[in-house]
Amino acid sequence: MLVLSDFLILGAVLFCLSIAGIFLNRKNVIILLMCIELMLLSVNMNFIAFSYFNADITGQIFVFFILTVAAAESAIGLAILVVLFRNKNTINVEDIDSMKG
Amino acid sequence: MQNIYLTIVLAPLIGAIVAGLFKVSRRVAHSVTITGVAISCLLSFYAFKHLIIDGGATFNETLYTWMVIGDVRFEVGFLVDNLTVIMMSVVSFVSLMVHVYTIGYMHDDPGYQRFFSYISLFTFSMLMLVMSNNFLQLFFGWEAVGLVSYLLIGFWYTRDTAIYANLKAFLVNRVGDFGFLLGIALVLMYFNSLNYAEVFGLAEEQAETVIQIIPGVDWSLMSVMCILLFIGAMGKSAQVPLHVWLPDSMEGPTPISALIHAATMVTAGIFMVARMSPLFELSETALSFILIIGSITALFMGFLGLVQNDIKRVVAYSTLSQLGYMTVALGASAYSAGIFHLFTHAFFKALLFLGAGSVIIAMHHEQDMRNMGGLRKYMPITYITGLIGSLALIGFPGFAGFYSKDAIIMAVGHAERFGSGFAYFALVLGVFITALYSFRMFFLVFHGKERMDHHTQEHLHETPAVVTVPLMLLAIPSILAGAIFVGPMLYQGLFDGAIFVHHEHNPFHADHYHGVVGFTLHGLMGLPFFLAMAGVATAYFLYMVRTDIPAKIQAKFAWLHQILIDKYGFDRFNEWFFAGGARKLGSTFWSVGDVKIIDDGMVNGSARVVAWYASIMRHLQTGYLYHYAFAMIIGLAVLLGVFVLSGTA
Repeated sequence: MLVLSDFLILGAVLFCLSIAGIFLNRKNVIILLMCIELMLLSVNMNFIAFSYFNADITGQIFVFFILTVAAAESAIGLAILVVLFRNKNTINVEDIDSMKG
Repeated sequence: MQNIYLTIVLAPLIGAIVAGLFKVSRRVAHSVTITGVAISCLLSFYAFKHLIIDGGATFNETLYTWMVIGDVRFEVGFLVDNLTVIMMSVVSFVSLMVHVYTIGYMHDDPGYQRFFSYISLFTFSMLMLVMSNNFLQLFFGWEAVGLVSYLLIGFWYTRDTAIYANLKAFLVNRVGDFGFLLGIALVLMYFNSLNYAEVFGLAEEQAETVIQIIPGVDWSLMSVMCILLFIGAMGKSAQVPLHVWLPDSMEGPTPISALIHAATMVTAGIFMVARMSPLFELSETALSFILIIGSITALFMGFLGLVQNDIKRVVAYSTLSQLGYMTVALGASAYSAGIFHLFTHAFFKALLFLGAGSVIIAMHHEQDMRNMGGLRKYMPITYITGLIGSLALIGFPGFAGFYSKDAIIMAVGHAERFGSGFAYFALVLGVFITALYSFRMFFLVFHGKERMDHHTQEHLHETPAVVTVPLMLLAIPSILAGAIFVGPMLYQGLFDGAIFVHHEHNPFHADHYHGVVGFTLHGLMGLPFFLAMAGVATAYFLYMVRTDIPAKIQAKFAWLHQILIDKYGFDRFNEWFFAGGARKLGSTFWSVGDVKIIDDGMVNGSARVVAWYASIMRHLQTGYLYHYAFAMIIGLAVLLGVFVLSGTA
């Protein structure tokens, strides 16, 4: 029988994976976007788990919102990426440092 | 009488305003100002008759309250007693003569209206000063006189020397005025009033008061107060070391030299001390100080007259020396003698100045005596009036200066005060010096070879009536004023109630007085008379008989001559110490305070601090996404940690 903590552990593992992905990835901006998606999914996992175990529908409704927003965000993110690539001819994270002080 | 006194003061002011502020023609300008001054002169004579001849009551009333602060009242009011009325008559009479004379002297000057406006304003200021019944109005007149003298000395404002001279006069007077203001502040602090009558009434109570300016050192209040007030007088009445402005004031047109030197400005200090006699009488120290300053001025400024070649400067140094005499009289408690000398001096000094101006007109504005000579036959009226003025100045028996000068010397001989021995010596020697430089000038100008160039010589003639009539009118009191007033002013208590002298200080006791003739005869046997005659004889010998000797003396005593030409180095010292010091101080403040601290330290410094801080902080901005993300995560973790920990606690 699965208990709440199993789901929370799964969510935490996913979250940590995505953080690690952001930090360790020095190559591709697309991977960064994917990591952010993963981070949102781990949060969704927590929402659904709590919703189920607390018998409260609100959490699942929230997940729908998050998914919608995440979809919109990745669309915008990819669009920015396309423009960035056109301008800089690269999507390498190491090369995107024009904000350097 | 109130309306009369008000008219005396306001008539010149109205004249000055009309001539100065409205675009009037030359004729209107001089008519309106001369009418104004003539009105105040005639009314002053009327007041003179009312008070002195008819024995009318002293007028002491406040006309207007300017403001009340706490229980101190700032007022405008008149105190007209015998002392005031004599000053009023002298001021307005000399001023009227100068006004008339100016028509001739400034005939071709483009600033004709402006000049008349200024001299009328000058008269107004001086009348306000002498007629005041409180310290505030006195200070108003004091400053107004200073301001107008500044305007007049710099009248020819396109000349650099005139601008330099008027600035110098203003600054030196500022030094004196500062002391004067401190003195008035002390009066206000201890008497809580500015009214003469109230202050003098309370003076006796404060005679023993001591104050501590430097902690632990007791000073007599009266001495500090009187010395501060006298510092003001030193500025206005040109006493050493604040005398330096007076010779330079010769840069102004001659009529104002006459006005400043005779009636309106330099006499203010003498008048003020005499007016404050109830205060000064309480301080032996202050009187000694006055005595010493006065005797130094009287003697050493006289020496300077010997080496000057500019005709006006010789007269200017003689003014300094005579002011020294007046100051010595004040210091010897002989206030009435000081005022008496002021009174006679006003006439003969105005006469000498206007005479010098007349010579200058005839010589086409040449002022160097080495280029004159033999003017006697071209300018008989100027010659005779000049002779009268010179005789009055050296104290020739019968002339006005004789009585006043003799009275001062007598009073100093009588005084038993620290410094009176030196003062006596200085004054007696001063008589010889006075006679020597006066007649040196007289002989150089009117006698001897005609040393002017041919062109000037052809055009030499007596000056017009507007110039010579004032000379003749001034010559009359220069002869008579002394003999008429010596009795009343000194011995018969004309100034009782106006001037206060302790009985034992008073050198003039009625029982010592045996009439004018007795006084004159007594003077004829005195040392000063012989010294004056010796001075004239020496001048005659040196500048008429053996004209080669002065040059030889000058060559032999070149170092002494140089000291005198340098005026004892006062100017150089002031230039070096005060002007140079102030400039150095200013440039130090500029280079350290302004450039280093404000510009470099505060303005650029704050900018530099921001730049330095930013240069460190910019290293945090790597531009890499993952660093920003990392910072966010750390932030999240920290906030979460705080939230959780504080939630559990």
